[in-house]
Amino acid sequence: MAVKVRIPTPLQRLTQGKEEVEGKQGTVIELINDLEAKYPGIAERISEGGKVRRFVNIYVNEEDIRFLQAEQTPVKDGDEISIVPAIAGGEQ
Amino acid sequence: MNINPLIIPSDIFTDMLAHCRAGCPNEACGILAGKGNEISKIYKLTNIEKSPVSYFMDSKEQFEVMKDMRDNNLSMLAIFHSHPSSGAYPSAKDVSLAFYDDCVYIIVSLIEKEPVVKAFSIKEGSIEEISLTVK
Repeated sequence: MAVKVRIPTPLQRLTQGKEEVEGKQGTVIELINDLEAKYPGIAERISEGGKVRRFVNIYVNEEDIRFLQAEQTPVKDGDEISIVPAIAGGEQ
Repeated sequence: MNINPLIIPSDIFTDMLAHCRAGCPNEACGILAGKGNEISKIYKLTNIEKSPVSYFMDSKEQFEVMKDMRDNNLSMLAIFHSHPSSGAYPSAKDVSLAFYDDCVYIIVSLIEKEPVVKAFSIKEGSIEEISLTVK
């Protein structure tokens, strides 16, 4: 078993088209930093200064990390991480 | 980039307009899924901003939609939202937050008596209108 990371379509150009990649155990921010080592450019799309960007949602299994321990949420073998850019906009 | 005309079944098109009207005076939003360039499913989502000039899809609902599309082997082909008091053209905010640049962005303007619906590709700040076919 490993950590499965689901990559959203806008970021798949950074993962050579892969929808799923393997992630590192530890914490969410450690996992993001490890992804950066494998797929340069991906971390800045997800986070800034060690914090997940406002318009990006990250789930560990079924839970939004904002309701867990945010960037310090533990990630362990068998977990599924989903990176989901928010959908927003409007007239102003 | 999907530059082919987007095909929307009339019942889904009608449902999309009804969702936008029901959300008035606030903006309404949702996702259209399908295969190729043909829509087969609509997901009507909650605008958590409850604002007449802004929308932010409920992230938990969006997460569930992503799972449902994956389970049904569907792709997110279009993202729609309403402009209750402006035209059917992407705002600066729409452009800056268009992360899903392989999707078509549909805007439903409600300022006229009849809704005006237009579709766009928005990629790296560049806007291009896409034709819509309702059948």
